[in-house]
Amino acid sequence: MSRTLTEQRQSAYALRKWVNLFALTFSFAAMAFGVFWLFWILWETVVLGIGGFAVSTFTMMTPPPNETGGILNAIYGSLLIVAVATLVGTPIGMMAGIYLAEYDTKGWLAEITRFVNDILLSAPSIVVGLFVYAVVVARFKSFSGWAGVFALALLVIPVVIRTTENMLQLVPVGLREASYALGTPKWKVILAITLRASRAGVLTGVLLAVARISGETAPLLFTALNNQFMTFNLNEPMATLPVTIFKFAMSPYNNWQDLAWAGVLLITLIVLGLNIVARVLTRSKD
Amino acid sequence: MTQEASKISVKNLNFYYGKFHALKNINLEIPEKKVTAFIGPSGCGKSTLLRIFNRMYELYPEQRAEGEVILDGENLLTSKQDVSLIRAKVGMVFQKPTPFPMSIFDNIAFGIKLFESLNQADMHERVEWALRKAALWNEVKDKLQQSGSSLSGGQQQRLCIARGIAIKPEVILLDEPCSALDPISTAKIEELITELKDDYTVMIVTHNMQQAARCSDYTAYMYLGDLMEFGATEQMFFKPTRKETEDYITGRFG
Repeated sequence: MSRTLTEQRQSAYALRKWVNLFALTFSFAAMAFGVFWLFWILWETVVLGIGGFAVSTFTMMTPPPNETGGILNAIYGSLLIVAVATLVGTPIGMMAGIYLAEYDTKGWLAEITRFVNDILLSAPSIVVGLFVYAVVVARFKSFSGWAGVFALALLVIPVVIRTTENMLQLVPVGLREASYALGTPKWKVILAITLRASRAGVLTGVLLAVARISGETAPLLFTALNNQFMTFNLNEPMATLPVTIFKFAMSPYNNWQDLAWAGVLLITLIVLGLNIVARVLTRSKD
Repeated sequence: MTQEASKISVKNLNFYYGKFHALKNINLEIPEKKVTAFIGPSGCGKSTLLRIFNRMYELYPEQRAEGEVILDGENLLTSKQDVSLIRAKVGMVFQKPTPFPMSIFDNIAFGIKLFESLNQADMHERVEWALRKAALWNEVKDKLQQSGSSLSGGQQQRLCIARGIAIKPEVILLDEPCSALDPISTAKIEELITELKDDYTVMIVTHNMQQAARCSDYTAYMYLGDLMEFGATEQMFFKPTRKETEDYITGRFG
């Protein structure tokens, strides 16, 4: 008995409907699984961290065990080291990204740079920390804020190189040609047209790099180390949030643990905020 | 071939994309202050030819031109002049509108600032002049600070034409300027092209036969890298000398 075309279509469609339902259920379950842990982590962070959010947390230095204190020196140290590392790493990364996207897209130097950059991009941050320890800390025989800046800048650079190159490559050929057709010199085409057209994307890359380094602990353990007191001198060891969290969370003292949780919540909020800003920037581009 | 004064003489021009021989021994006189249209099937080399007049091909190292393209007595291909100065003289508008990521005013001012330093009043005057020339002033005069990409496609294309005119070129190259536009915007641009020839030598590449017939004075028919026929548009469309030209124009081929 032969089926009509309509019947064949109907049975094929019925099967497709089941496959669709199955795939949809499965992907929804996978999404829910991921989001579940994420929200649990966020929830625990808020619940445990909010208790440590007192005025003293933001106004006092890290205390000895079982005394009142705060994490002001760690907050300040983190802000300073992250800011300086971003200021050092961003221009270098952007210039390298411009070189790869605009000057030497296919040459051997570009190929090698891209390959090395990919390695740097995926290198464990502890490797970078140990490298800076060997090169800077061991040589100058002192842990210092500068060593921390150096380590974090090394983490910023590959991220910025990659996003700058990718974002510049997204600029349509037509826009580039139109700028040259007016008689625009190359440096000006790059600065005034292509970088400008991709500025939201490049800025997003920088923000994501900042978000990444503000939570890094390993590269700071061997470089900036820690400091119980407030210091404005990058030549001295400096307290940072991740290292302070690491030290306080491992301790048996209740007040240290509370401060560690407050620090965790603070970093989480900062990174969340940076990601939201990055999102808004990329969206306003369209 | 023509009685007009010629603006550009093309002599024994050959062009290569790597090993591919894209233009074969082109000889052509482009008349001054007239519109010359280039027609022919896709891949015939008409856009390639257009991109030689402002040395656009130089952006791509594997592309190479041989021969002579003489503008005002100087061979553009071997000119020691900075290529920016050639491009200031020979402007170009592309297939897709390409507004720069800045305000309408700055889109026009950008090119002017490359070659001249005008005070604010003169700059304003020049921007208005260019926008009027491109028949866009009345539509944008109240929103000069808005982004160039906020305009419609047809307006963006006229903005690009205004941007090209603003630096006072002598030759304007139009590479299928209407192919991404609707009929109304196309009509506006065609009208504009006819007005532009009072002051500029205009060359236009088009796939639209009617467009070539409507707004050009001279037409060149190209096929597979050869210049098949070149002459006054009327003659080309009413009694072409070559069978191939007639076949293409009447739609029997291509």
